[in-house]
Amino acid sequence: MFYREAGDFKTSYRDDSQTFPIGFDRYRYYAVLVLAFAVVPFAIDDYWASAIFVPFLIYAIAAIGLNILVGYCGQLSLGTGGFMAVGAYACYKLMTAFPDLNIVFCILGGGLVTAAVGVLFGLPSLRIKGFYLAVATLAAQFFLVWLFNKVPWFYNHSASGQISAPARTVFGQPVTGAGVEAWAQYMICLVFAVVLAWAARNLTRGTVGRSWMAIRDMDIAAEIIGVNPLKAKLTAFAVSSFYIGIAGALFFAVYLGAVEVGEAFGIQKSFLILFMIIIGGLGSIFGSFAGAAFLVLLPVLLKNVLVGTLGWPTDLTAHVQLMILGALIIGFLIAEPHGLAQLWRVGKEKLRLWPFPH
Amino acid sequence: MTNRLAPLALGVLLAAGPAAADLVFPDLSYRTGPFAAGGVPFSDGYQDYFTLVNERDGGIGGVKARVPECETAYNTEKGVECYEATKGDGALIYQPLSTGITYQLIPKVEADHIPLHTMGYGRTSAANGKVFEWVFNYPANYWDGASVIVKYLMDENGGSLEGKKITLLYHNSAYGKEPIPTLEALSKKHGFKLTLIPVDSPGQSQKSQWLQIRRERPDVVVMWGWGVMNQVAIQEAANINFPMDHFIGNWWAGAEHDVAPAGMAADGYKALNMNRVVDYPVFADIRSHVIDKGLAAGDGSYVGSVLYTRGMYAAMLAVEAAKTAQEMTGTAQIDAAMMRDGMEHLEMTDARMEALGMPGIGPEFTVSCADHGGSGMAIVQQWNAAEKTWVPLTDFIAPDAEVIAPLIEADSTAFAAENGIAPRCD
Repeated sequence: MFYREAGDFKTSYRDDSQTFPIGFDRYRYYAVLVLAFAVVPFAIDDYWASAIFVPFLIYAIAAIGLNILVGYCGQLSLGTGGFMAVGAYACYKLMTAFPDLNIVFCILGGGLVTAAVGVLFGLPSLRIKGFYLAVATLAAQFFLVWLFNKVPWFYNHSASGQISAPARTVFGQPVTGAGVEAWAQYMICLVFAVVLAWAARNLTRGTVGRSWMAIRDMDIAAEIIGVNPLKAKLTAFAVSSFYIGIAGALFFAVYLGAVEVGEAFGIQKSFLILFMIIIGGLGSIFGSFAGAAFLVLLPVLLKNVLVGTLGWPTDLTAHVQLMILGALIIGFLIAEPHGLAQLWRVGKEKLRLWPFPH
Repeated sequence: MTNRLAPLALGVLLAAGPAAADLVFPDLSYRTGPFAAGGVPFSDGYQDYFTLVNERDGGIGGVKARVPECETAYNTEKGVECYEATKGDGALIYQPLSTGITYQLIPKVEADHIPLHTMGYGRTSAANGKVFEWVFNYPANYWDGASVIVKYLMDENGGSLEGKKITLLYHNSAYGKEPIPTLEALSKKHGFKLTLIPVDSPGQSQKSQWLQIRRERPDVVVMWGWGVMNQVAIQEAANINFPMDHFIGNWWAGAEHDVAPAGMAADGYKALNMNRVVDYPVFADIRSHVIDKGLAAGDGSYVGSVLYTRGMYAAMLAVEAAKTAQEMTGTAQIDAAMMRDGMEHLEMTDARMEALGMPGIGPEFTVSCADHGGSGMAIVQQWNAAEKTWVPLTDFIAPDAEVIAPLIEADSTAFAAENGIAPRCD
């Protein structure tokens, strides 16, 4: 079959420990990259960009961020929406305060500010764990949204309290504001998603990532073998928030162009991204993408099938959609608590042994 | 859907023949979520009017109107998805009934050249057509509404609000924050004390806000609410025995479903309205041509209610603008750019409204290249809980242009500067 190890020999440790040790996986990964960079930008239109690819990539970045914290380091967080808001508002303030600064740096700046705020709200994690920490981060969620609503400085005293992204360009091509082409919008998100996913994968299999996982698996044992919990937990909060901040900045500047903090970054967003990593698979980069795809694409697909093809009323469809999604989430949690990534892993192993299962 | 697709497919097959596509008016509705109470009647009224025009008049200038519906749940991401999904269909105009979605769509419609009509909501400074070429908010906007409320209160209080305490209870979002600059300017001008109390979306819990109101005892509470927030606020006001006739909602806080849950306790609650609610002759047409034929968008139970009427009014303004565009261009198959020109030359006169079977439904107004805002007039109505009707207390009141015009000028100029837009219409 496709998945075979016969003939796929490794002669160095380097080869053996690469991200995609199976040849077929590796080629598929390259094929996806080629498709994403060289085919999709030429085929994409406004609908595919704004309704499907751009939100998918942005949510994938946010899901990787949350996965680093929850999946790799074992710290629960319900503050994702709030941290995305920090990224968005930091990016907005940078964009308006320094009109000549390239948008890429504004987005990175949004990530850095969020990393700092994340560390601040990560401090309680040194003392408390599990549900208690979840509640502490929930406080961050509510506090941050309240702050951005309350203090007019954050939204430059605009009458409506909304922030709107001014037009900015990368290499002369507008990526925010009114005159954005679908492919440009897609490409900037894709570049960020690929670079960040690659960085996350390499972080998680290095020293830092192993210390996160040691903390996750048993913090006391980790401390005994020499992992510094303070460093491990705070780096996890920092890196995770950096990713989430970048997702928030992209969400605001590139995807929507204008946001209202309570509506765009409310508690529902925190839950949505948490569901993404639960469904996708905790502690897996691929799982973050799979979960984001599942929760972004499925509602759009259901809507297009039920309303577009079957002609159901829109309100009935909206309710049925919620029911199907809810049932799928419950089904997943019962049948495969480790998410889509685990399904993929199991499927791969079965295929590798096929047709001789043991 | 199949019966809609069939003529389309046929049209593709017979491409050699004369093009006879429909005029497309997408309906970005919301029939789910905490704002559905307002979204459902509005959308029903909007769609039913187009169905009426199709059934009774054979379409607009002989071309049928088609209204593809897309559910947004008042959510901006879904709103964008709906916009992108429907715009390629030949959409002539968008009316999202959401300030949040409006802000997302303003840059998009400017780029795609499709008119956006935000009737009494959205970005107020879009009234300046010199800057916002594709956005319209006639017949009135939030700042007009705030000014009309203050003018009404002035009349009630013998011409002066000096030393009075007015509290604005608002939905803590772009929508609720819009009237604040106007009310602040008016409080300076007329010497009343303004207190701002936000309610976070969607607004089911307002205990602390009403505790504050009970403590501060304002003379008047003005409410900028929508959806479930209105019902809760009116119930809470009743709970603290706040005098209902000193409680005024804006035009999105004055429908039947807002006051009905509080029962008799809501008696005397006041609200603005930009359209009169009377049993218009057009309702009889809708009943016979749309509802009795089973073509209604909903179950037909909302006919004649405040928001159904407003949805119908919005559809009527769109149809009239389309007719104006058809007359101007001499072609029945108008596109979005012609629709924009039609909207810019729209003239709503009493005679025209009477001819349409809805005499006096709204104020008379004209739209021009520079002025996309209409007259800004609104009436004040009061809820009679025993009769379950809204009783109009005033005729159409004009807003205070002296305060609003400079605010619109300042905000739109700032927007133009930020986005590098050169003013037009000169």
